[in-house]
Amino acid sequence: MLAEQPLTLNGVAEHFEISRPAISKHMKILAECGLVVIRQRGRERYCEVQPAKLNEVSTWVEQYRQTWEQRFDRLDEYLNQQSREESQHERKK
Amino acid sequence: MSGKNNAATVTLPSAQEIVMERIFNAPRELVFKAYTDPDLIPRWWGPRRYTTTVDKLDVRAGGVWRFIQHDAAGNEFAFNGVYREVVPPARLSYTFEFEGLPGHIIVETVTFEEHAGQTKVSVTGFFESAEDRDGMLTSGMEEGANESNDRLAELLATLV
Repeated sequence: MLAEQPLTLNGVAEHFEISRPAISKHMKILAECGLVVIRQRGRERYCEVQPAKLNEVSTWVEQYRQTWEQRFDRLDEYLNQQSREESQHERKK
Repeated sequence: MSGKNNAATVTLPSAQEIVMERIFNAPRELVFKAYTDPDLIPRWWGPRRYTTTVDKLDVRAGGVWRFIQHDAAGNEFAFNGVYREVVPPARLSYTFEFEGLPGHIIVETVTFEEHAGQTKVSVTGFFESAEDRDGMLTSGMEEGANESNDRLAELLATLV
């Protein structure tokens, strides 16, 4: 929604069935996280998305994915090594 | 002959979940053992350039785990959690917390399915809220302290 255009708090509130103070509170949290910026223009305050910060969020998901990818690689190595050792053991018998 | 030929599949079923699946050429008893044996966890759980030690490992519902990663400079990064479900050799569920960023809990659920001698491992990371997931990145903001961000950066460096 905000990706398309900056909106005022009232503009945002129109899209949700929650109160304007609740929207304001949520927006304040997003602003504290740096995901949106609230700018004063004349009498209205507009909320704008900060795409770079949203990218950081997807970066985090990416980091999490890489962590598991790396664990999977090491686990795979270990399991392959185990089965090689086992087959050598079998041959010796 | 490592498993580069079967990279993990990743899906994001909701804003709070990430699911990763991978198939291993081993029976699931062996894969489950690698996940739950204190001698085997250090062989795969951490990044290669860190040494991982198992401080606590009590694999039963309510049991605590704690692993520590050590780097060459003597820094330590500790992770802990509590097992919620332990169903050998089919399923594990536990909480995950980085001690450098306490309070941001991920619930990881791992399932092991065997087909024709191969095991499909599915890991679901569930962030208790989308804010919590996003908070992993931005948790330094509340305190306005850079330290958390530094520690977060250190964490991310350990995870890559």
